[in-house]
Order: sequence, then C-alpha cells, then structure tokens
Amino acid sequence: MLPAPEELKTTIEQLLPGVTLTVEGAILWVTPANLPAVCRCLKETERFSLDYVADLTAVDYPQDGRMDMVYHLCSMAKRHGPVTLKVKLDRNNATVPSLTPVYRGAEYQERETYDLYGVTFEGHPDLRRILLWEGFKGHPMRKDYVVEDQDAPAPS
Amino acid sequence: MTPLGPAASVKPVDTELMEVNLGPQHPSTHGVFRMQTVLDGETVVKLKPVMGYLHRNHEQIGEGISYIASFPFTDRLDYFCSMSNNLGLALAIEKLGAIQVTERAEYLRVIMAELTRVLNHTAVTGFLLNDMGAFGTPLLYAFREREKILDFFEAASGSRMMCNYIRPGGVRVDVPAGWLDRVREFVEGYPRFLDEFETLLTNNEIIRQRTQGVGVLPKDLAVNASATGPVLRASGQAYDIRKADGYSIYPRFNFKVPVGSVGDVYDRYYVRILEIRESLKILQQALKEIPEGPSASPKGAALVKAPRTFRPPKGEAYGRVEAPKGELGFYLVSDGTPQPYRYHIRSPSFINLTVLEDMCLGQKVADVIVILGSVDIVMGEVDR
Amino acid sequence: MSATNEGLRSEMQKHGVYLTTWDQLVNWGRGNSIWPLQFGLACCAIEMIATAASRYDIARFGSEIFRASPRQADLMIVAGTVTKSMAPQVVRLYNQMAEPKYVISMGACATSGGPFHKGYNVLKGIDRLIPVDVYIPGCPPTPQGLLEGLMKLQERIKRQPMSQEVARKHGEYQVPQLGASGLEPKYNPDIFTPAQQAWPSGATPERPEGKAS
Repeated sequence: MLPAPEELKTTIEQLLPGVTLTVEGAILWVTPANLPAVCRCLKETERFSLDYVADLTAVDYPQDGRMDMVYHLCSMAKRHGPVTLKVKLDRNNATVPSLTPVYRGAEYQERETYDLYGVTFEGHPDLRRILLWEGFKGHPMRKDYVVEDQDAPAPS
Repeated sequence: MTPLGPAASVKPVDTELMEVNLGPQHPSTHGVFRMQTVLDGETVVKLKPVMGYLHRNHEQIGEGISYIASFPFTDRLDYFCSMSNNLGLALAIEKLGAIQVTERAEYLRVIMAELTRVLNHTAVTGFLLNDMGAFGTPLLYAFREREKILDFFEAASGSRMMCNYIRPGGVRVDVPAGWLDRVREFVEGYPRFLDEFETLLTNNEIIRQRTQGVGVLPKDLAVNASATGPVLRASGQAYDIRKADGYSIYPRFNFKVPVGSVGDVYDRYYVRILEIRESLKILQQALKEIPEGPSASPKGAALVKAPRTFRPPKGEAYGRVEAPKGELGFYLVSDGTPQPYRYHIRSPSFINLTVLEDMCLGQKVADVIVILGSVDIVMGEVDR
Repeated sequence: MSATNEGLRSEMQKHGVYLTTWDQLVNWGRGNSIWPLQFGLACCAIEMIATAASRYDIARFGSEIFRASPRQADLMIVAGTVTKSMAPQVVRLYNQMAEPKYVISMGACATSGGPFHKGYNVLKGIDRLIPVDVYIPGCPPTPQGLLEGLMKLQERIKRQPMSQEVARKHGEYQVPQLGASGLEPKYNPDIFTPAQQAWPSGATPERPEGKAS
C-alpha cells in the first residue's frame, strides 16, 4: 500500500536532509533543484519502489505567471501509485532539471513538453522538438498561442 | 589460393555508413512514422524515430470543448481500439466528478473493452505477419474475425470503428435484444479460430527463426523506460493495470496475466495470443454474470443530455486503463468551468517507442520492421 | 456510335461481333484496373484496409494490388488527416505519380480538416494543394462508402475521351515549405480559393420562423 502524502514527505525529508516538500491534498510540491534527488529517493527506497514515471506534463497558468510541471510516478514492483509530484516554475523562464537520467521513460515526454510548452529540461540528452517540425516558432499549447488563419490570402 | 588467383590480390573493401530514411510513407511503418537509420551494410548502427506527422492537436481541441464532446476525439486516438479509449476518459471524468456507474453498465464496459482487446491483438498479429512477409494471408484471416466484432460494435453503438459508446456514469445506450446471445456464440467459437491461427503460426519454423532472439528488451530497461502493455510483460515484468489498480469490476473476474521471459519479438507475439485467451475467459464470465438494469446512472444520463451543464469541482484526476497497447492515462485539471483547463493523454505507443533504438541496434533492416510491428504502435496515439 | 441501331448491334453480338469505340474499350480497361497507392495516414486507412480485406474486397473492382511506389499507382486515396508536416510529402508523392492520375479524398479530414480543423497543425483539406477528383464524406466512411467513391471515379474515367485524357497533363504542383507557423504557401491559389463567409463573423444565423429557441 502506498503511504499517505504526509508520510512520504516525512520519510523523504529524513532521508534527504535539506530537502523540504509541501503537501497539498494528494500532491507533493517539490522545488526544481531537488527534483532529481527526490525522484531517485522514491525510486530506490524499498518501501516506495516508484520505478517508472507514468505521466509527465505541464500546465500553463498565464494569469499567475506560472507553469506547473506534473509528474505521476507509479510502482510496478509494488503495484501501487500514482504519486503526484508538482514543480512550480516561472512561465517566462521555465527551466527544470531533467528526469531522464533517473527514469528513461521521461525522455520523450520531456521532449514533448519542451515542444508544446517551452519548458527547458537541463541534462536532457537530446532536447529538440518531437511532434512539430524544427522550424516551428512558438509553443502552441501555451494559453496565449494564436493559431494561424489558413484562409488568409496567399501572398501574390 | 582463390579460384581467381593468389589470395594476396584480394583487398579489404572500404565501406562507409549509409543514412536511410524509413517512412513516413512506407508500406510497413504502421502509419506515418519515420525512422532515420544509419546503416553499416544491412546492420543498424543508429536509429532515431521521427514522429509528429499525425499530430492533430487533440489536447488543444480538448481544452476548448466540453468533457463529453471529447469522447469522439478519444475514439480517434488509438483508432483500432476506440472502446478502451472511451473507457479511459470516462474513468478520469468519474474520478473528477465523483460519478457512480450502474452494475449493468460496468459489465457492458468490460465486455466492450475485452472484445476490443481480442480485436486488437488478432489484428496486430496479422500486421506483424504482414511485416514479416506473409503477404496478406494471416492479415485477412485476422480481419475476417475483426469484421465479426465490428458487427457487434455497430449493433451496439451505431458505428464500426469510432464507437463513442462508453460515457461517464455508464454507457450511452443499452445493447439491443439478442446482442448478448450473439456475443456468447462468438466467444464460444473463437478458440477454434485461435487454435487454427496458432497451429499455422506459433510453431512455424520461419516465424521462430525471424522472431526468436530478435529485438530483445531487457526487463530493467523496460521498467525504467515506462514501457507498458504486452511489450513490458513479454520482458518478464508481470504488471497489468487491471490487476494493479483493479479499476471497474475487474477484481471480480478470474484471469491470469501472461508473462514472457526473453523479451524478444516471439515473446511479444506469444504474450498477445495468450492475452486473447485470457480475455475470452473474462468475456465468458462477464456474459454469464451480467445483470439487468439501467445502462447509465441518472447523473450520467443527465450529462449526456446537457453536456455543457457539467461543471466538475475544481481539482484534478488521473484515470488510467490497461488498453491493448499499454497504460492509457487521461490527466484532467478542472477549474470549475464546463471545459477542462488541462487535458493530457498519456499515450502507451508514444512512450513504448522510447526503447525502439535499443531494441534495433545491431539488427538487420528487415528485423527493424518486424520489431516495430511487435511494439504495436498506432500513429493516432503516438502523435495525438 | 450512338447512331448505330441498337437492334443491329445486339444481332451482331449474338454472332460474336462486338462494335465499340477505341475510347470505350480503353476506358473500360483503365476504369476496371485502377491501382491505388498504399497511402494511409490515419483512421480512414484502417477502413481502406478493411475494404481491401475479404468481406468488402476491393479487388473485385480491379484494385487488386495497392502499390507501394507512386510511380506504379494510378490513384492516390488520401485516407486520413493531412497535417502540415505531412502535406509536403503528400504533394511530392502526387508529383511522382505517372499520368493519368487521380485523387480520392477519403473522409472528412482529407476533405476539409474534419473534426480536427480547429488546430495549429492540421491542414484544412488536401484540395488546397492538389486537385481532387472524388470526395467521400464520413468519419470514417464505411467500406461501402469508399467503394461507392471508387465507382464514381470509374464512371468519370469511362466518360472521358482518351485523347482528352492524354492531353490533360497535371504537371507538377508546388511543394509547400514548412514555415514558422504553417505551410508556405498556405494553399495553391490556382486550384483553391477559401470559401466565402455566409455571414459576417461574430453574427449568428437567423432562426427560421416558428421554431422554438
């Protein structure tokens, strides 16, 4: 059985001194710098064994000027999960350490988040667009993206 | 001494690496998928998948329409298995809005999901054989059975492929009279077809030579790379979300989770055949136990009538199902309005492709096609 | 040909003598042996495969083999959504096909963008870039729908005189480039003009008299 978020918080703060997490309902908020260490701890601690990242994405809040990264970690060994981790980022400078060195499954999901939201992942082995082409300008899933009008008159 | 003279006159040949593009238009890339490969002769030295040729901005559309209006779009994700996709979104919305499902609807959902699994695995085996060069014959056998299942879907939901049938609270409409009997008959007769199919394929020497030892995926890499579905289970990890999460009414049914040992193409093929047999067991049990009753809860039925009045409470939910391809997850963030604030799809085919390069390094080009066929991708899901 | 007495013709047929024109004979052959290009993009491709499978059997219409190479194909069935990334490849494939060539736009997405038209990556219809002969509505069209579209194309082929067909060269269509937010050019003005708005944007259409709101 997966421990409650409060217990996760106390255990991780014991194992990783200097790291503080915030619990909000079922969500654990992590600071960007601590993210890889926390995930490695969750993966390697026998009791949790959160051995794969099921889901990784971003949510854009332009009215608050922030971009939230959302991670759902699950365990195949213990058959429990998901644990929701969130990281608060500044929308205009959205940078977070990459989880690819910890979980290989984050590789394509981080590329997709970079492509559609413009979040930069430090330490990603191959950070480039995955769903759109290289010359595309802008990050279309952001709330302020304007879709082009395909019926505009062709330049003569 | 060679037939042409002394061996000293034979010089080693200078070779260089060749970059070959497989796709996006290619008979065997399962849709518009491109692989940039670097080859040393026939052997793959490097392989980079390129996707996005079917990126249909599904998530962006989902943020602009109501929750119910997203269901037809989920049909078009993994367009082979529309019922499972509907079920995933329905589970996520039910978590978000705390909607109950009626008993009969739960059984109908399980029946539809397992029929979809049978359909998918049969067709995928047909496609895999097609990739191997058995030009069409197993595929046509598989499609013959698929047509029978599509007839059931058409009778229940009105459409062969894009069913749009499962809704939060239940299913859209109850199945017509006699439908359950026809499905029972089909499920009784299916093992005979599967035995015939297997006799021709499982111990076939050509298939064994082409698939055993090809495209091996080690278990630790599969787990770390978030591979799910038959790809994961063939590598030896017994993880099935139907057992792990116990969503819907799956805990009531008695079924096993087939697991491979080596993680090669043969294991992936055989795990799928075994999964069809387990799905047939679930279908038999569900068809025996299905009760009479309403096909949707009152809240669910009201939702269908007036989708724009559905305002789930603020919050978020992650609902996931064991789709035939793997873990299909829907992440919804609600801000209290009728449209989702964030609608994200966790797509199994997309994430299973992470390890494609690892499986293909050192293999021949012909093996790459077979390995891709065994990963079982659908571009609607990869690109969304 | 039409002036020839029907009775005389049927008399001669009884003796094994058939009267026809060169056009009719060639078009009969061409119309009944259209080889499609194996080119499925999305969900409609699965219905196309189902049409080629044993129940609906497109082979009895002459489309026995789906060719992998555009050089050997007569017909391109654009089955599925054409995204902006894929559009240049579609046009290139069309250019590579040998004359006479035809295009069937199968499904709502290839015709007009379909359910995905409100998006940043979907081309609103392949007829913006290449000329289309037959449009098949549906999402996806049933195999019977695709066969009807194929039959309409066969009728079209049988109606056209061969001399006209030989003279009508499609030529090469401009392959669009991928720009900063879409294709450049957005559409080919020689073959496509955007539809006029039926009412000014922002206004709603008037409700018919007597209908409740």
